[in-house]
Amino acid sequence: MQMSKIVRLSADIMYPFVVIFGLYVIMHGHITPGGGFQGGAVVATGAALVIVAYAFHDVKAMIPKILLYLQESGGLLLFIGAGLAGMLLGFPFFFNWLANSGSLFGTPIVPLGPNPGELNTGGFLPLMNIAVGIEVWGGLTLVILYMISGVGKEEY
Amino acid sequence: MFANLPYLTVVVLTVIGLSIILLKRNMVKVTMGLNILTSAVNLLIIVLGYREGGIAPIYTLAPQTYMVLPTPQALCLTSIVIGVATTALLLSFTMVIYRKYGTVNVAEMRELKE
Amino acid sequence: MIPQFLWDHAPAMTVAVPLLAAFLCPLIGKFTATGRKAWVLAAAAATSALALFTAWRVYTMGTWVYVFGATVPNLSVPPDSGGIPIRIIFEVDAMSALMLVIVAIVGFSVILYSLSADGKRSGLEGYYTLFLLLIASIVGMVSTGDLFNFFVFFEISGLASAALVAYRVEAGRAVEAGLKYFVVSTLAGIFMLFVIAILYGQYNALNIAMLASRMQFTMLDKIALVLIIGALATKAGSVPMHFWTPDAYALAPSSVTALLVVASQASLYGLFRLIFTLYNLSLNAATVGWVLIILGVLSMFVGVTMAIPQKDVKRLMAYHAISQTGYMLLGVGTGLAVLGNVAMLDAFGRMAMEGGIFHIINHAIYKGLLFLTAGAIIYRVGTRDMNRMGGLGHRMKWTMIFFMIGALAIAGIPPFNGFASKLMIYESVYLFNPVLAIIAMVVSILTLASFVKVFHSIFMGPQLPEYEHVEEAPTAMLWGMGILAALVILFGLFPQQVVDSLITPAANALLDQSGYLASILGGA
Repeated sequence: MQMSKIVRLSADIMYPFVVIFGLYVIMHGHITPGGGFQGGAVVATGAALVIVAYAFHDVKAMIPKILLYLQESGGLLLFIGAGLAGMLLGFPFFFNWLANSGSLFGTPIVPLGPNPGELNTGGFLPLMNIAVGIEVWGGLTLVILYMISGVGKEEY
Repeated sequence: MFANLPYLTVVVLTVIGLSIILLKRNMVKVTMGLNILTSAVNLLIIVLGYREGGIAPIYTLAPQTYMVLPTPQALCLTSIVIGVATTALLLSFTMVIYRKYGTVNVAEMRELKE
Repeated sequence: MIPQFLWDHAPAMTVAVPLLAAFLCPLIGKFTATGRKAWVLAAAAATSALALFTAWRVYTMGTWVYVFGATVPNLSVPPDSGGIPIRIIFEVDAMSALMLVIVAIVGFSVILYSLSADGKRSGLEGYYTLFLLLIASIVGMVSTGDLFNFFVFFEISGLASAALVAYRVEAGRAVEAGLKYFVVSTLAGIFMLFVIAILYGQYNALNIAMLASRMQFTMLDKIALVLIIGALATKAGSVPMHFWTPDAYALAPSSVTALLVVASQASLYGLFRLIFTLYNLSLNAATVGWVLIILGVLSMFVGVTMAIPQKDVKRLMAYHAISQTGYMLLGVGTGLAVLGNVAMLDAFGRMAMEGGIFHIINHAIYKGLLFLTAGAIIYRVGTRDMNRMGGLGHRMKWTMIFFMIGALAIAGIPPFNGFASKLMIYESVYLFNPVLAIIAMVVSILTLASFVKVFHSIFMGPQLPEYEHVEEAPTAMLWGMGILAALVILFGLFPQQVVDSLITPAANALLDQSGYLASILGGA
């Protein structure tokens, strides 16, 4: 059962904004409130929105399940890989090996005074946030999918 | 009295959560009770970390007042994440049981009691 | 030749390897099923090797402190932190090392067994992910030195084991058992979080050593202690919080059950660790010791009496598991009750603790063996009802021998390992309170009686027509059981060597609070 036209149209309009906002929260996790888990949950809400607005069995074919699985595993691998990388460089597990390195996320000098925030800081914390974000995005969407498909079997 | 209000909230939430878990037979309600109880503990941790007049621990151009330690918030976030996983698993179990037994009432799930 | 890399990082690798393997498992399983089997086996072997290496280094070179995210692995108190340990710290002392040995042995044999026993089921990628996740969480629980980190691993183990218990969704009853277990486990987790909030609010620390050095034993700490005992004794499956144990143990796949026993004992380890290291002499040791003793005696007695009338073979063994947990609580509780009294501690308290701790490793091994044999029987026969079995000894000779070894060990018959630890418990507890020792012996006799009955109804008697074509269990399953059976005999034949090399250092580590604190905080 899909919902009324108003709901579907609002879902269409809302969906990109929800996803973009979730990705924003993931990317800025190290300098603003929020982070990987929160952002990933927001993105997964976008998927839930579409599923609720349109009927599940209409949307089912459009959802790339294999991609979600890959996200779930890949996010966690990235997370542990980031931890292990520090170990390979000779530091303990989860050492922040990118901080102050000057490369990606490693700007050592942060501007003083009121500013919009420097994204290129935080060492490997943004990496961790991105990893968690990818994982939660895939994982929560899968949870929603499984739960809805379970409900579906009951009704039809 | 006013300063203790958050602690009183924690107590009230704990009592509500525990009484739901102990008195309700509906599995969905028990899940809700567990969630309320988790929220009570999370609130307790957050309240313990609150310092009046403290600022966020950001060192750039920080004024000379004292900062709060972000550990309680970190603990709380971790516990929320665990809570989400817990709730999802509990609800999935409830769904499977509803499909098998046709009920979510724990008193009617009698197969194991024989 | 051990590379320098391992010398530095083995404790972290012991957790990281199973985690990494767990998350790669579904990806590999998508392409090849055989590759996944090899991958899981390799991961289990690597984890066990790392755990044994860590344990070996701890036994030879003392407590191993590993700090996550620091510049140097053993920098527990950075110079600019004002003398406070700030990071997540793994502290592996002799007691943790003993638990690591248990995880290594049981984890590997169980995986070996499981690859053959569960190989034909559907949905295996999730199964082995959860399996390795459970191993990782047990390793984390026993090696962490941080209270909140302990809580996180505690919750992971609860999630993973509940999902594994409910793994055979088709049955419905398995989900019921998983649900029951999970509600109890979540509640225990919330209690632990409450404890963390109480302790953090008072002492501004999460590190166990730091908390212990600031411990005042106020009214709030007493409440925290009650919550700790409630939460962890529940997860360990002690009476009167045992109601989830028979259901969960009976309905989980057998390989999972054997690992669940280890998970329960990791909770028991947490209980002992928190009581001895966090509170130690600041608490009223006699009272808390008696609480543990009473819990133990109740578990022993209720467990064994409930076991006797059971018809389901795994349910029966689950009640015996409760009963055996009682022995550990009794032994360590006796040691705790005389903690403040040096003369009594040296006379028998230390020995009681060693008996209790020895029983942990023995129990994990023989109970794992028994559950695996039960699984092999169910795998071949297809029923769990003992009244419908009989005469299986004709066809399943190895399984019968392994079952006999496990049954004699659990009943405390020499020369198997159960005898060694039970004798230590009897002797020392008799000096403390003769009544308790007599109860322990009576329970042991009842255990023997119960297992004689089980053995008779499963293996003895004429060959039943419906089981004429039953075959011996597959080779991989036999190897899994064989490793455990060999260890049962080995530990039973050389108990003195095992006690001297493994158990006494562990008991001393548990008693030596200042040593634990010093290795984190330095000095003292």
